[in-house]
Amino acid sequence: MYDYSEFDEGFVRARVAEFRGQVERRISGALTEEEFKPLRLKNGLYLQLHAYMLRVAIPYGTMNSRQMRQLAMIAERWDKGFGHFTTRQNVQFNWPKLVDVPDILDALADVSMHAIQTSGNCIRNVTADHFAGAAADEIEDPRLTAELLRQWSTDHPEFQYLPRKFKIAVTGSPNDRAVTRAHDIGLRTVRGPGGEAGFEVLVGGGLGRTPMIGKVVRDFLPKQDLLPYIEAILRVYNLSGRRDNKYKARIKILVHETGIDELRKRIEDEFTARRKSFPGVDPRLLESLESGFAPPGFVSLGDAPYKDAVRADSGFRAWAATNVAAHKAPGYGIVTVSLKPVGGIPGDATSEQMRALADVAERYGHDELRVSHEQNIIIPHIHRARIPSAYEALKEAGLATPNIGLASDIIACPGMDYCALATARSIPIAQEISSRFKELGLEDRIGPLKIKISGCINACGHHHVGHIGILGLDRAGVENYQITLGGDATETAAIGEKTGPGFSADDLVPALERLAGRYLEVRQSKDETFLESYRRLGATPFKEALYGESLRKAA
Amino acid sequence: MASVIVRDDGFHEDDLGSEAFSTLDDLELGGAEPCAKLEFGNSADPAAILDYLPVIDTIRIPFPDFTDGRGFSLASRLRQLGYNGRLRASGHLISDQYPQARRSGFDEIEISEELARRQPAHLWKLPDGWRSSGYQTRILKNG
Repeated sequence: MYDYSEFDEGFVRARVAEFRGQVERRISGALTEEEFKPLRLKNGLYLQLHAYMLRVAIPYGTMNSRQMRQLAMIAERWDKGFGHFTTRQNVQFNWPKLVDVPDILDALADVSMHAIQTSGNCIRNVTADHFAGAAADEIEDPRLTAELLRQWSTDHPEFQYLPRKFKIAVTGSPNDRAVTRAHDIGLRTVRGPGGEAGFEVLVGGGLGRTPMIGKVVRDFLPKQDLLPYIEAILRVYNLSGRRDNKYKARIKILVHETGIDELRKRIEDEFTARRKSFPGVDPRLLESLESGFAPPGFVSLGDAPYKDAVRADSGFRAWAATNVAAHKAPGYGIVTVSLKPVGGIPGDATSEQMRALADVAERYGHDELRVSHEQNIIIPHIHRARIPSAYEALKEAGLATPNIGLASDIIACPGMDYCALATARSIPIAQEISSRFKELGLEDRIGPLKIKISGCINACGHHHVGHIGILGLDRAGVENYQITLGGDATETAAIGEKTGPGFSADDLVPALERLAGRYLEVRQSKDETFLESYRRLGATPFKEALYGESLRKAA
Repeated sequence: MASVIVRDDGFHEDDLGSEAFSTLDDLELGGAEPCAKLEFGNSADPAAILDYLPVIDTIRIPFPDFTDGRGFSLASRLRQLGYNGRLRASGHLISDQYPQARRSGFDEIEISEELARRQPAHLWKLPDGWRSSGYQTRILKNG
């Protein structure tokens, strides 16, 4: 795994000291609340509904057991004994006290972690495929690029006060597990004319109240041009992005209002100028990234224990079928640990569970862990011979829910239980759906299904790209849930379509049951997924399932 | 109300005064020495002043609000275009932004007396090695 250098260490420590000073100056009055706000946001500190919330960066979602154990310690010592893993591959602590925050940041720095640029109108934590370095379909490990961008964007003097937040995602595989088309900049690793790796650059994707799929601004960008090109995009955005209305300030609106062709021209002009004086990236840094992300020493073992467990243990068999994915190394599997127990809170893990995850990764998985944007934990490299033992340890910690990619593997934002912006609850809705679908045995019959829930129009729960998206709104003081269908977060990205009027909290789950029932009736075979049926048949049969009854009643 | 000028060696009185600045429309080409002082609105296009660069010795870029970061990009771009004269940021910038302003190409910041009282000179002191201490320099060849 990439180790932070002495420089990183010094930088993070200096930042903690700086933030300590800023907190003191806020208290003394040298900084007004208005002036303090962007400074605390740049260090990951939000003011939430009930308390401060600290968002800790886990760059491209990668960490080791020591770091995971430190998160467990922080949760116990300064929070309520749990952390919440987020759709940006970060972890959030929901109950820290302002005076404790500099100490928490110091504890993070002890394990090369920080909360820098996890919030605010700057370049946020760069995300990447959570299967990076393990996926069988990978052209190149996207973390080489993500780490370079992390360094380049950290405290970049020109881009700390952008019109709005700016998110970059990188995928190294044709199968897009990083939702690159819903980011301000998406980088897809592709092969160029000579077979060399480079990027297709997407710009202007985003969810929120105006969902947009990113547009291709460059078909092929050679790797050595990455930084000047990204700088050109950021500079054009910083100078011409809207600052008159925060809801129109993201680059997607600039793309929409300017047109991709005109914007491409401006970016190319800026890029041409920038490239002239760009000396290139230090080759020693590139070497250190290459060696930092080199594969671990894979071992060769027989996989009899795995086969035996599949034969003998139906629980293991069900879990392995959903939670273990193909690995590029012979004999290995990628294990996804579900943080979505039936009826539980999506993305939450207790300190004990974090320690169990750390133990499993250390003992069986080359000491590596990932956070996925789907709010699960990945242990990317486990030999199949060791997967049964890993499973037993996970089961003991309550971490063996066999539901990856199924109906109860729900993405949900914190919603009204935590967030000051939310207009409806998300977590209890997710809990209710997963309990009910399990109870009815619907989950196994349905198969692959992505349900995503946002508790307000800002769409932190990615509902626009859920096969079934749920958006919680406030209608005259009453929660109302709108359903969208046909969204897709992958390389075939699509924004879901609204079905019609929303449902009350009580009517929502029955409506979803009708929807699931209709899918089971209309699918051509067990192999046709919900999304495939929807694409084949269009919205009509599903809308009938949702509204047929009430329409008849109204008639 | 008089302004305070922040430089690396502390607070100074304003040696120019706001009447010294012209807009782009008032500038004339020619003349032996660069002496023009330009007020450069932060929605202007730096390419438009390319021809005038030889006659300009000071450019002032306003910051209407400290969260409006256009000035940082403008400064970087002007330096990239080859402008070597004095570059001043003016308006609401806080002491925490001074290293960013310097690294983006500004030489000095013009702030109000009120802000200067609230954020005295010692808060604006630059850390050692500020010019080359960032990731942006370090990751480059010969950085």
